[in-house]
Amino acid sequence: MSISHGKITAIMGPSGTGKTTLLRLIGGQLYPNQGNIRVAGQDVHQLSRPALYHLRKRMGMLFQSGGLFTHLNVFENVAFPLREHTKLSDAMIRNLVLLKLQMVGLRGARDLMPSELSGGMSRRVALARAIALDPELIMYDEPLAGQDPITKGILLDLIRTLNDALGLTTIIVSHDVQETLSIADYSYVIADGRIIGKGSTAAIHENHSEQLRQFIQGLPDGPVPFHYPVKPLEHDLIEESYG
Amino acid sequence: MLSQRIIETTVGLFMLAAIAALLMLAFKVSGLTSFFQREGYDITAEFDDIGQLKVRGPVKIGGVTIGEVTKIHLDPTTYRAIVTMHIDARVKDIPKDSSASILTAGLLGDNYIAITPMYAEDFLANGNQIQNTHSAMILEKMIGQFIFNAGHSTKDTSKNATNGEKT
Amino acid sequence: MVSTLTKMGQSGLLLLSQCGKAGLLLSSVVLRKPQFRKGFSLVLQQIYAEGVLSLLIIMVSGLFIGMVVALQGYHTLVKFGASQQLGPLVALSVLRELGPVVTALLFAGRACSALTAEIGLMKATEQLSSMEMMAVDPIHRVIAPRLWGGFISMPLLTIIFNAVAIYGAFLVGVKWLGLDAGAFWSNMQSSVDFNEDVLKGIYKSVVFGLVMTWIALYQGFYAVPTSAGISNATTRTVVYASLAVLGLDFILTTMMIGGW
Repeated sequence: MSISHGKITAIMGPSGTGKTTLLRLIGGQLYPNQGNIRVAGQDVHQLSRPALYHLRKRMGMLFQSGGLFTHLNVFENVAFPLREHTKLSDAMIRNLVLLKLQMVGLRGARDLMPSELSGGMSRRVALARAIALDPELIMYDEPLAGQDPITKGILLDLIRTLNDALGLTTIIVSHDVQETLSIADYSYVIADGRIIGKGSTAAIHENHSEQLRQFIQGLPDGPVPFHYPVKPLEHDLIEESYG
Repeated sequence: MLSQRIIETTVGLFMLAAIAALLMLAFKVSGLTSFFQREGYDITAEFDDIGQLKVRGPVKIGGVTIGEVTKIHLDPTTYRAIVTMHIDARVKDIPKDSSASILTAGLLGDNYIAITPMYAEDFLANGNQIQNTHSAMILEKMIGQFIFNAGHSTKDTSKNATNGEKT
Repeated sequence: MVSTLTKMGQSGLLLLSQCGKAGLLLSSVVLRKPQFRKGFSLVLQQIYAEGVLSLLIIMVSGLFIGMVVALQGYHTLVKFGASQQLGPLVALSVLRELGPVVTALLFAGRACSALTAEIGLMKATEQLSSMEMMAVDPIHRVIAPRLWGGFISMPLLTIIFNAVAIYGAFLVGVKWLGLDAGAFWSNMQSSVDFNEDVLKGIYKSVVFGLVMTWIALYQGFYAVPTSAGISNATTRTVVYASLAVLGLDFILTTMMIGGW
């Protein structure tokens, strides 16, 4: 699997296939049992701690729940990476933070606490925080899960705009198929630990692998079974009444 | 979220309160005076037996505390205990021939040094020694002595009695 | 039979690996190069959260414990005609044992449980992960200031507890039961030694502070990030911290009396 620079790459697949794990592997939070991951030519898991931390400054990651610091307000959340990693003056940080918040349209919400934000808003704040250090790679973990259509539209638009405006490399992990496909330049579909389909949006739609079709069209039964592995129902019932 | 300034102030107050409490523990509770040695002068006295006397035990005249024991050590040649006392500066005129005795406060209390003033014209000064001393009364010794004396005297009387018969 | 043996072995190994992880956590906090400029304000915030906010409960408990020890002590001492010795009785029992131990137990309930819950929730809501992805080490940024905060707060709280408890004893003994104030203080002063009694009690509280905060942070950092997991971790913090305090108290007292 390779992810090309400056493009939006979508990684899709049913729940539990390890999409989030993949992102954590890229970020160096987990170690692979086998295989290796290279980011910008460096093997993530061979790096020393300082080098890994240095590499992480060039990555941004948006977690499913946003991961905002609940004890800091919106402004301080976005300012956090700047305060940690730069020696900029307070005025400078203020300007940068306001610019980032402007990009996600939440400059007016800078004094709210994370508990006062809606789900969509807190994701947008987290997005502003993830791009605060102007990373080269940004990863989204389920950015659309549980959002209403308007918020989904806003987030998709933001992802696209940010990618193009800042020249980022974007990885989206999601199972909102249609929405994700609509903005992705290239997509991977993974299931059962392997890639079952890849290509541009059109190529994914044209692919006739049964497993892929089930996933893309959302059919309830198919190669991915509806039932959790279990012995036939009759057995259970008979066991119950005669056992 | 409180502002950093309020946090800093309250933490500062907290630390001040702790320091004040520590000072109270030091001076009011444990009577720590060695940091600030009160104005005064040192005198010494030799005792055969100091009993339970401890460093920082009180020194009194007529029941009023006028100083404290600062050091206790053994004279290596005479095997007597040398007690150094620090006397408050306000008590200047202790006659040279005064005597020092080690007494016990109540039946179970701590030992202290009582100084009984005499009538000499010149007074004790820094480094002087009190010559006239009375050792601590040790309860066990006194009881032992009493029993011994009692036994002795009965023996004496019986001896006398036999002698009397003989004569 | 074999299965019980297996279970014992398993739990033994689990315990060992937990101890190892806890040790690694502590060493990575202590051995890390400190950043004084940023670290200072973070530690200050934690002293506020752990120390200042625990002050009220510590002071109220101290007052009542001092008063009740004085009352009990008076009624026992008066039978032997030794009510003048109330000052030493209260001062020694508070300074040597009650002060450090009761403060520590209250601290476990008030501050340590909050630490575990806070860190557990930070983990559950991916705050720690996102911090890590921002190239900020959560051990450095979150764990270390809390450990130092507890380490500094505990002795300060103990000192305040001691002072308040002795004041409570003064209120009961002198103001209520009518002992002579001069005798109360002077008897106390002649039997309490600053190094021997006051400082040794404070040394104990320093050790307690470090160990309890360590337990709380470990439980929070390795909590299972679910609501049940965090509630279990919080319970474990209070139980382990309290037991650790009582056990350590015995060991430290033995060491101090034995003059090791």
